[in-house]
Amino acid sequence: MADYKYHILICGGTGCRASKSEQITETFKNVLAQKGLNNEVQVVVTGCFGFCEKGPIVKMLPDNTFYVEVKPEDCEEIVNEHLVKGRKVERLLYVDPENKQRVSDSKHMDFYKKQLRIALRNCGFIDPENIDEYIARDGYEALANVLEQNNPAEAIETVKKSGLRGRGGGGFPTGLKWEIASKNHADQKYMICNADEGDPGAFMDRSILEGDPHSLIEAMTIGGFCIGATKGLVYIRAEYPLAIKRLEIAIGQAKEYGLLGKNILGSGFDFDLELRYGAGAFVCGEETALIHSMEGLRGEPTFKPPFPAQEGYLKKPSNVNNVETFANIPVIFNKGWEWFASIGTEKSKGTKVFALAGQINNVGLIEVPMGITLREVVFEIGGGIKNGKKFKAVQTGGPSGGCLTEAFLDTPIDYDNLLAAGSMMGSGGMIVMDETSCMPAVARFYLDFTVEESCGKCTPCRVGNKRLCEILDKITEGKGTLEDLEILKNLSQVIKDTALCGLGQTSPNPILSTIDHFWDEYLAHVTDKKCPAGQCKAMKQYIIDTDNCIGCTACARGCPVGAITGEKKMPHTIKQELCIKCGACYAKCKFNAISIK
Amino acid sequence: MELINVTIDNKKIEVPKGTTILNAARNNNISIPTLCYFELKDMNITNKPGSCRICVVEVAGRRNLAPACITECLPDMVINTNNIRVLNARRTVLELLLSDHPTDCLVCPKSGKCELQDLAIRFGIREVSFTGDKSTHKKDESPAIIRDMDKCVMCRRCEMMCNTFQTVGALSAINRGFEAVVAPAFEEDLSRTACTFCGQCVAVCPVGALSEVDHSSKVIRAINDPRKTVVVQTAPAVRVAIGEEFGLKPGSIATGRMAAALRRLGFDYVFDTDWAADLTIMEEGTELLGRLTKYLAGDKDVKIPLLTSCCPAWVKFFEHHFPDMKDIPSTAKSPQQMFGAIAKSYFAEKIGVKREDMIVVSVMPCLAKKYECARDEFKENGNPDVDFSITTRELAALIKQANLDFNSLPEEDFDSPLGESTGAGVIFGTTGGVIEAAVRTAYEIYTKTDCPQIDFQELRGLEGIRSATIDFNGLPINIGIAHGLSNARQLLEEIRDGKSTFHAIEIMACPGGCIDGGGQPLHHGNSDIIKARWEAIYQADKNLPIRKSHENRSVQKLYEEFLITPCGEKAHHLLHTHYFDRHTQFEVNLDKINSK
Repeated sequence: MADYKYHILICGGTGCRASKSEQITETFKNVLAQKGLNNEVQVVVTGCFGFCEKGPIVKMLPDNTFYVEVKPEDCEEIVNEHLVKGRKVERLLYVDPENKQRVSDSKHMDFYKKQLRIALRNCGFIDPENIDEYIARDGYEALANVLEQNNPAEAIETVKKSGLRGRGGGGFPTGLKWEIASKNHADQKYMICNADEGDPGAFMDRSILEGDPHSLIEAMTIGGFCIGATKGLVYIRAEYPLAIKRLEIAIGQAKEYGLLGKNILGSGFDFDLELRYGAGAFVCGEETALIHSMEGLRGEPTFKPPFPAQEGYLKKPSNVNNVETFANIPVIFNKGWEWFASIGTEKSKGTKVFALAGQINNVGLIEVPMGITLREVVFEIGGGIKNGKKFKAVQTGGPSGGCLTEAFLDTPIDYDNLLAAGSMMGSGGMIVMDETSCMPAVARFYLDFTVEESCGKCTPCRVGNKRLCEILDKITEGKGTLEDLEILKNLSQVIKDTALCGLGQTSPNPILSTIDHFWDEYLAHVTDKKCPAGQCKAMKQYIIDTDNCIGCTACARGCPVGAITGEKKMPHTIKQELCIKCGACYAKCKFNAISIK
Repeated sequence: MELINVTIDNKKIEVPKGTTILNAARNNNISIPTLCYFELKDMNITNKPGSCRICVVEVAGRRNLAPACITECLPDMVINTNNIRVLNARRTVLELLLSDHPTDCLVCPKSGKCELQDLAIRFGIREVSFTGDKSTHKKDESPAIIRDMDKCVMCRRCEMMCNTFQTVGALSAINRGFEAVVAPAFEEDLSRTACTFCGQCVAVCPVGALSEVDHSSKVIRAINDPRKTVVVQTAPAVRVAIGEEFGLKPGSIATGRMAAALRRLGFDYVFDTDWAADLTIMEEGTELLGRLTKYLAGDKDVKIPLLTSCCPAWVKFFEHHFPDMKDIPSTAKSPQQMFGAIAKSYFAEKIGVKREDMIVVSVMPCLAKKYECARDEFKENGNPDVDFSITTRELAALIKQANLDFNSLPEEDFDSPLGESTGAGVIFGTTGGVIEAAVRTAYEIYTKTDCPQIDFQELRGLEGIRSATIDFNGLPINIGIAHGLSNARQLLEEIRDGKSTFHAIEIMACPGGCIDGGGQPLHHGNSDIIKARWEAIYQADKNLPIRKSHENRSVQKLYEEFLITPCGEKAHHLLHTHYFDRHTQFEVNLDKINSK
């Protein structure tokens, strides 16, 4: 990047591309060419910046100006003002929701201030389709060193000492996993990357694949060397076409540079990487199901043992790690395990990427050190609850996770604390809910997902989750009984206790944690037939305030089921047994005479 | 063998390393309930997906309950099989299964033999706590098998039999979550797949999801039609199994009582498929010797080895998977079809009954026989040689309906002439039997001397693939035997690769041969029952005075009076068949079958 005076970094992640970032790139290139600036200014398409809420994002280097919600029409102005005249385009700068000040440098934005980017280090910084940019950022240095040292056991020791744990959900120590796989001897072993990211709303793996594919290739090659695998397989969902494309480009480049293939860097070590496509089944994120799917079999889990490290892909010892886990590996070698282990809490080292979503001001992808509190994430990075509403809960760990309440806001986030609080780290989904969220309905939403995604192999998950969902339907429709609540609790516990794989064992978590923390809300639905959050349609009551009603008949005429009766110029009434809660009357009334209870 | 100590329900026991909790418990008289788990011991057939979760137990120190069927005992493991946590979990899981199961037990074909029903009784279920949607899948009726998948419990036993044991691959799990079910790909009808109708899926299904097509009412109607002469034939394996349906111990030989029962049911002639088995040996044995003679004379075009063709599931299997080799199997029809062809020609003529006024019923241990008798090539102007094929189970049901006390019936003989048979005919009922019967005859015809032995132990056994070399007076004949289509596939691939050294190969689709056919009384995974039937077959052989097919007087007479010579022109027309390339053709024409 040395020849250019300026660099324009444009987010080329899936989110920003959907908002025309490709057109922005083209427009910039055209404008620069017209002005004869193309030798001074370089346009770089990068991976995701994380602040997807405000995309498309354009970042100017060297001054670090961070333009948000840029449109193709803005390009000419940015070139004229920012580059030619040296004046920032104020209207495209981020506005702090708290003090309404414009912030030009991303370093000063609350969204970025508390972040520490290790796995996402190159995302939004380099051109993922250019291996030289990765190399310029110390890329493949770790691989070169590991191969030069030629001591797999010591390399595994480094990973072990770093304290890195699996970022896919379970949090199993990565170094230990590698060690086990390295000790099982076979003529062929496999290093497998789980890129079947399936949690609704989570997209950290996609971002890494799209923004920094070489870090995955480097890490898998290191891992392959450590465990003695000469073949690597990336199980990636077919719904990630951009990630697939960039990974394929990166693999091609790495091969060209001798960083993949035979005799890598003259070390005598061979390693090849292939892609396997997943058809979008959540359960295929479970490692045995993933392996079966790669083998061309039905994507469903099998009992462990045997573990993949004993009998994995094609019955050969295999090691499965997810994308984010791998993305940490090169840095651990470059900066040393001591550095990595100095970040985080006692048992959870390093950082974790979260997909921050829900009723929060700053939605996006964040990477924070382990041990940060929920309060810091929600109120500082996330910028607090939208529209000034009250915080109610945060759901972590995706559909298998649980809801945490205000009481946990100051708990440091790590694997063990989340588990102790009835949730889990999962792959890092984090959905913030405000006071208008109905917790039984939230639980129902997640159950709906697991019912849809269950493979159907074991009884508790196949039938049990369906029954849980049906009971929640009853409750949210105002038809639940106290007995239903007892059945719900017992069945949730039994499913957790008896399901075959992680999907089933964790699927009742959204219910158990909301029952724990929001029992009153369940009771209100069942005994009072009321939804305290006012979300459950079946329990809404539209009531006419006789003091305000002037008898204009607008509501009665608007009611599609004839539930409203009354004389002209006299207050009307709604027959509750006929009302279908469509809200038409509420919309028609000009006198504030209809209220919802 | 390394032993380890474990504690089950406070009882310290020693078990060999690698023992599952289920087996450790069972060996110590602790009976843990199971559902999906299925094993035919010593026959290399197991199904343990660990998916029903009925067998869960508590293992101290583990977060979740463990499935006993696939969790191996580890040193000093402390296991609890009956505390409240375990019992509640099992009961909940069972109630979940019941909540997605039809409640039409009274009219279910598996009622009284259903493993889910047994569990409900064992658990004392009076009420199911869960209500909600129930699975709905289309009902599928093929020529032999009815699939009512609303009753499927996803134990996957059928899938294992179809894929692992038979390598047919007609059934596999499809859809996901609550909609998951075992079905042909794209939820096609079974009749539009490569299904061989072996019926092993039915034999292992714990519930009423898979059952046979029941022809017994059609048989009753035929018997009661005064215009019809109804002839029945019974396959060798039926006589060693039907007693089980009446409480007799497995392996009881009930030939005489069965003949008596058939007569009392009203069949006009009670004959024996064993007779046709002897006839099959005459044809197949002659064909083998013919091919062998040419082969030994250096004829490069003659096909060796000869493959037996008695098993209709096997025939359909090679038509689908090895159509390039369809000229290798013997062209001899199966005994069922030879019987039908002779009954409706030679015998009908003899008693002066018109072909269309004769109904031939077969009692078979088999479901594929229902399909076989409906094949077009076994019909004359639309009239089938064998009209109805019913299973051992269907016959037992008919006997029960007719108020017959099976166990107190007298021992009666079959009728003459198609009821006289030899021991060679009986052993057709188990793996190795057809080829042994062929050897007994082929030896004597080829060498023109008496065979020094009659029991060929080297051809007997229950291993999936067996081989032996029989000395035909200086000429070594290499014989291969396979049961289970996966094993057959292996031998066929060897032939295709030119690696086979066999002169003749016998193949049967079912485990142990016909004794464990898809139409036999259900064994519920108890392989001792199959072994008892197997022993009974050889005992029944021993009990007979004549044990070589070519010495069957009635068969000899048939040639003298009617057929003239084995593999002659008339025999060729009536007793031999041809095969089809079904590599891409799956359709079985149901209309033709139903129009019968």
